Amino acid sequence: MAETNALLEARGIGKSFLGITALDSVDLTLQRGEIHALLGENGAGKSTLIKILTGVYARDRGTIRLDGAEVSPANVAEAQALGIGTVYQEVNLLENLTVAENLFLGRQPRRFGLVDRRAMRDRSRTLLKRYGLDIDVDALLSSYSVAIRQIIAIARAVDLSGKVLVLDEPTASLDGKEVDMLFGVLRKLRDDGLGIVIITHFLNQVYAVADQVTVLRNGRLVGTRALSDLPQLELISMMLGRELQHITRDHQAEEQTVAPLAQAPIRFNGYGKRGSVAPFDLEVRPGEVVGIAGLLGSGRTETAFLLFGIDRADSGGAEIDGKPVALSSPEAAIANRFGFCPEERKTDGIIGDLSVADNIALAVQARQGWAKPISSRQKRALAQDFIRSLDIRPADAERPIKFLSGGNQQKAILARWLATEPRLLILDEPTRGIDIGAHAEILKMIERLCAEGMSLVVISSELEELTAVAHRVIVLSDRRHIAELTGSEVSADAIMQAIAGSARTEAA
Amino acid sequence: MIHARNLPFVTTLGIFVIAYALCVLQFPNMFSTRVIGNLLTDNAFLGIAAVGMTFVILSGGIDLSIGSVIAFTSVFVAVMVGSFGLNPLIAFALVLVISTIFGSLMGLMIRYLGIPPFVVTLAGMFLARGAAYLISTESVPISHPVIDAIQGFYFRVPGGGRLTALAMLMILVFVAGGIIAGRTRFGANVYALGGGAQSAELMGVPIGRTTVGIYALSGFLSGLAGIAYTLYTSSGYSLATVGVELDAIAAVVIGGTLLTGGVGLVAGTLVGILIQGLIQTYIVFDGTLSSWWTKIVIGILLFVFIVLQRGIIWYSNRRLAESRLREI
Repeated sequence: MAETNALLEARGIGKSFLGITALDSVDLTLQRGEIHALLGENGAGKSTLIKILTGVYARDRGTIRLDGAEVSPANVAEAQALGIGTVYQEVNLLENLTVAENLFLGRQPRRFGLVDRRAMRDRSRTLLKRYGLDIDVDALLSSYSVAIRQIIAIARAVDLSGKVLVLDEPTASLDGKEVDMLFGVLRKLRDDGLGIVIITHFLNQVYAVADQVTVLRNGRLVGTRALSDLPQLELISMMLGRELQHITRDHQAEEQTVAPLAQAPIRFNGYGKRGSVAPFDLEVRPGEVVGIAGLLGSGRTETAFLLFGIDRADSGGAEIDGKPVALSSPEAAIANRFGFCPEERKTDGIIGDLSVADNIALAVQARQGWAKPISSRQKRALAQDFIRSLDIRPADAERPIKFLSGGNQQKAILARWLATEPRLLILDEPTRGIDIGAHAEILKMIERLCAEGMSLVVISSELEELTAVAHRVIVLSDRRHIAELTGSEVSADAIMQAIAGSARTEAA
Repeated sequence: MIHARNLPFVTTLGIFVIAYALCVLQFPNMFSTRVIGNLLTDNAFLGIAAVGMTFVILSGGIDLSIGSVIAFTSVFVAVMVGSFGLNPLIAFALVLVISTIFGSLMGLMIRYLGIPPFVVTLAGMFLARGAAYLISTESVPISHPVIDAIQGFYFRVPGGGRLTALAMLMILVFVAGGIIAGRTRFGANVYALGGGAQSAELMGVPIGRTTVGIYALSGFLSGLAGIAYTLYTSSGYSLATVGVELDAIAAVVIGGTLLTGGVGLVAGTLVGILIQGLIQTYIVFDGTLSSWWTKIVIGILLFVFIVLQRGIIWYSNRRLAESRLREI
């Protein structure tokens, strides 16, 4: 029933991990001689989809057809044998081997049962010539730049598979000239009839190289479009979503209530770090929620890292109550009563094997210093308090936190910081990967905390969420703070306009 | 051209040549085939074991069971031949099979139970040592025409030196090890594994087969080293060769193999062995120094090499960071 003659056709792909849906009935169609961009925020399901196509994960539902025949690659080697090759952003090739060894690992030419180094060298040279690379193939891979390595990885993948090439963020650490070189290679491969899937978050690059784009959001397919008739603003709205009929704050009314209240705000002047975020000014008043918006890779998380002292700022200074403070480490930030709920909850937030009570008591203990341990009775009381007030379920303080659902883990991390009675709480994607019910509870909690006079910085890729809770929104693009929307200006449309505006000037 | 990854090996070779020259300056008699022949024979069992260790360390692992396996092998062979009258060649074959299976089992546990090599081979170390005690706690002397024949076999080299069967066995193992590491797909997979298991897996390296193969090879060579040790001492003793695995690790590291895996040469390990042997020989020639000086010099050399390796890693990381910085 080959209704189309597509090269690769994925239909209704579904996948869930431990009951959490990562992909819900996603389609992807790739033609021969096509570069197809796959877009979406973190957690949208791009990597999951790629990993299913390349045999890293097994799909729960759906079909994959390659050249009209149904396939189910069980591992990377099988996908390669079928013709689907992958180039990952980081883990890719082996730096301790030479270029030739990398190209021919596992398929070295042999003579009399031994690896024929001369043949390997010659074939590597011929192979790389086709990509316009004339380099010493006996040199270690580590002696070449990331761009060259990327092309070597592509050469290996294409040589191995030859039908479909999947590139996961290939340009993330390349400069402009290197990107051009890479795109030249991709265009040539496309003209040779290869189907290429490319994941990237640089919109101008999508327009520069891709023919089609598929956008995912929260594990669902938003749509597939030809880029030739897709305005940038529309693409951004596909990525960030525009179900805007949600409650937004009554911004005008609030401007009045916040402004007079204004005690001395927490102030960051010309704060920035080279290679991370360009210097910015930021003020957060007590009882105010400042939202931070931007596409993936725009510097959102980097901003949070600077505010919390995880990365040290190399320009500007911070001021609390009019006095300058040095936020040189998270420890210093905690001492100044800052709190931070990181984006990667599983790796950076919780300590999975410790109990809920231990996880909650962590920040308080850190502030007291290790010489004054919190007694287990105090700890339990603390945990019980927050379990009750935040409705953490199951209400068992002694259970290892890894057995809790994402929403309850997030509440426990919030409790960890609330226990320190912070002045400023920074939340990076506080609602990612948690269910609808907990989602609403956390938003409500943010509003309550701010009503109690706490300052909050909320980073989110969900624009409705941001416009619902934030008094002001800072818009980031390309690691710069490009706009600040206040009061009635705060709307999803305005944020997207701001992002699109900056992207357009960049492309020009 | 010297690649950065061969720098530690070249350094070791340089150190060996200079050290040997200094020794000869002080004791001209040390420059003779007799000394070299003895040096090879005396260190044959350690050298054979160190080849296995080289593969293990190249893959990013460690094998702590080597000394115990050598002791087990020597006791097993001595008892089989001495008490049960088994033909030594049959006993050798038997013990090689046992030690290879022992190594494979450790490899299987490392790979499929996900237990770190340190822990698995530590357990293997106690197990093999215990098994050796179980067979006999006494030193078992061994005498058999076949063994006498092997011990008595040597080539006379110009200058009065003797190239014994043991020395030849060790050299053979080093040559074979060098070919396996440098010229086979298995060898390439070992380097790939040491460079990064995740990348290697994504590039299609059969991780399971390679891991088991590495520890089987190390087990086999430990068994062979045990046979060499039995021939060398004409006895089996369960308390012998305690800590030989650490001497082997020292030889591998001094030979320029990166402890984190992925970089190194089998030939480097030979130089590492020769350096250790050279120090011992020097102490014998001097006559007044305590043999503990061997340990002290080895300790110092280890420090030097670990610092050197750190330096190389630091340097290449910095170069990498510089190229990254340019890209931002």
